[in-house]
Amino acid sequence: MAAPAAAGIPDPVRAGLAGGWKVVDASRLERDLALETDVVIVGTGAGGGMAAEILANAGLAVVLVEEGPLQTSSDFRMRESDAYPALYQESAARKTRDKAINILQGRCVGGGTTVNWTSSFRTPGTTLRWWAAKHGLAGFGTADLAPWFEQVEARLSIAPWTVPPNANNAALAAGARAIGIPSGAIRRNVLGCWNIGYCGMGCPTNAKQSMLVTTIPAALQRGATLLTRARALQFEQEGDRVAALRCAAMAPDGVRPGPRRVTLRARAFVSAAGAIGTPALLLRSRVPDPHRLIGKRTFLHPVVVSVALMPGKVEAYSGAPQTIYSDHFLDTLPPDGPMGYKLEAPPIHPILGAITLPSHGQRHARWMEDLPRLQVLLALLRDGFHPDSAGGSVALAGDGTPVLDYPLTPYVWDGARRALASMAEIQFAAGARRVMPVHGEGEAYTRWSEAKEAIAAFDLKPLVTPVVSAHVMGGAPLGPDPARSVVDPSGRHHHLANLHVLDGSLFPTSIGANPQLSIYGIVARLATALAATLRKAPA
Amino acid sequence: MPSRRTFIVAGLAGGVALTLATLWRGRDATPVADPAQEPLARLGAAAPAILAAVIPVMLDGALPQSEAARREAAAETLVNVGRAVAGLPPAAQDELAELFALLGFGPARMLLARVGPPWSQASPAEIEAFLASWRQSGFTLLRSAYDALHQIIYAAWYGNPRSWSAIGYAGPPKLV
Repeated sequence: MAAPAAAGIPDPVRAGLAGGWKVVDASRLERDLALETDVVIVGTGAGGGMAAEILANAGLAVVLVEEGPLQTSSDFRMRESDAYPALYQESAARKTRDKAINILQGRCVGGGTTVNWTSSFRTPGTTLRWWAAKHGLAGFGTADLAPWFEQVEARLSIAPWTVPPNANNAALAAGARAIGIPSGAIRRNVLGCWNIGYCGMGCPTNAKQSMLVTTIPAALQRGATLLTRARALQFEQEGDRVAALRCAAMAPDGVRPGPRRVTLRARAFVSAAGAIGTPALLLRSRVPDPHRLIGKRTFLHPVVVSVALMPGKVEAYSGAPQTIYSDHFLDTLPPDGPMGYKLEAPPIHPILGAITLPSHGQRHARWMEDLPRLQVLLALLRDGFHPDSAGGSVALAGDGTPVLDYPLTPYVWDGARRALASMAEIQFAAGARRVMPVHGEGEAYTRWSEAKEAIAAFDLKPLVTPVVSAHVMGGAPLGPDPARSVVDPSGRHHHLANLHVLDGSLFPTSIGANPQLSIYGIVARLATALAATLRKAPA
Repeated sequence: MPSRRTFIVAGLAGGVALTLATLWRGRDATPVADPAQEPLARLGAAAPAILAAVIPVMLDGALPQSEAARREAAAETLVNVGRAVAGLPPAAQDELAELFALLGFGPARMLLARVGPPWSQASPAEIEAFLASWRQSGFTLLRSAYDALHQIIYAAWYGNPRSWSAIGYAGPPKLV
């Protein structure tokens, strides 16, 4: 396989493989494969990983299907040029249909949890109250979910981070304080974190309590089977049930399906392929969808970015990447009012920095030369709560792969404009020498008043104002009404009795916070109920 | 902002040029001998020359100063673009191949990119003018093409440890 493990850092996944875990790299299959099991789970991220442990612990036989590779801490060399092709969807260059939004999404064992920045927020009460009031979702209130959040927080060591923030995050706290708005500390899913700052390239020390080192090893220890580099093509239906899942083994290049096929038969099927992958799988399978809801209302948190040049070193590539946030511009706006946004700081490594900075040539090079002094803020825009805020829709390209169409409406641009202004104000208040709201040619400003005036006049539009996102939600929402939701409140498909959705596509709106903990908590509850049902039911 | 008329003209010209360029690419496909260039070959016969012309202009100020180091760094960037492209899904690779087929098709190069001479003979000023005009274009299609070039070239260069000393980045820490 790959490089030898670094001396001194235990690699529990390689140890498990050596101990006989059932893991099959489908790209190496020499003939077609057929397996029969209790439950097939498509996807190994926050949803699939959490479901796998719970179902396996209930004594059920589980097969996990993952399109990406199994890479472990021994493979994680903290280099963007290795990590993006190996661990991210489309080499971290996945785009919306018009190419205006770049989407960072995991594609490896552990999915997004292997590459995320560890930010852990419970689902905001505002969001849950909205789901109850506007989507008819009973039993998903803050108090209803609290025990499930407590359970998964204990499982994944989610706790306050007591180490001082790095300078990039400290600037957000200082700037917010200076302009008189609250900020808070982000809880993280880490155990013995070394505070080095490379979470996005796979944790090299196994401190991050991703699915890769927690629930998936637990499920494998219980006898589950993990099939990697296998793309779920479609569910085969018999009457009102799914009989089998057909998969293509990927070719050795990892980007094309190869000639080998895998057929998985099971009593129950779980789609946890993420909010682009799950709707695409359901669409390819042509599952009943009388109200044409699958893939509609797929949400990102569209993100805009502001870059500041600080007087001293920031080294935003070093230290825990996200430790401070401000919800001021969410909490002070009604969810169905003007678009609200959450403020955070991202880590800035050379590739991520270079592709984010606008323009090219000398102008670009000068900003890159100042990389150690750059302080960067991002604003996550909360989508899905306003009539002009219907998110995007997933459709299938000619080759069956998903395409997300995500129109950036005037409503979204209005939020983006206010967010760019808030970030510039905070950065100047934190002592920035110059601030570049990332837009157009990348003009920078030396005073807040100057930036404010310029931002008010920006001609914000696709591919002039860069927009990115690392959070994908919705597209197969849960709810009691089959005319408005794809699955029922237990996660079961409204029309296919043994098909379940257990991932971020369940959400009726965007979350308004980094979604991993929302997925863990809600999936833990639904998977626990599913396990009980399957244990009672005869085969 | 471009007028409606220029939009329609450019749209038609773009469509016709793309079709012709695709035919041209079919006729022009030749096997590539150098295995290091194999991933780039997916982008069509014209891609290496176009990228070789665009890379030093896009990375002006970023590549090393000395001529020899600069040449070597640009060559490595070209190879790394090929590697990066190999990790993209087939549909994205095909779109990039279409872009390079278009840029490699003489009439399109002259009319849409406004670069007169063949890419290998174009001056840095001509290439800079092409990049600036697509970056600022009124057409999202051309802006997205600029964005694609920006992303693959900058990812290829700043993924290369050779680029790090100039930006004060020490590289990942040693863990043991």
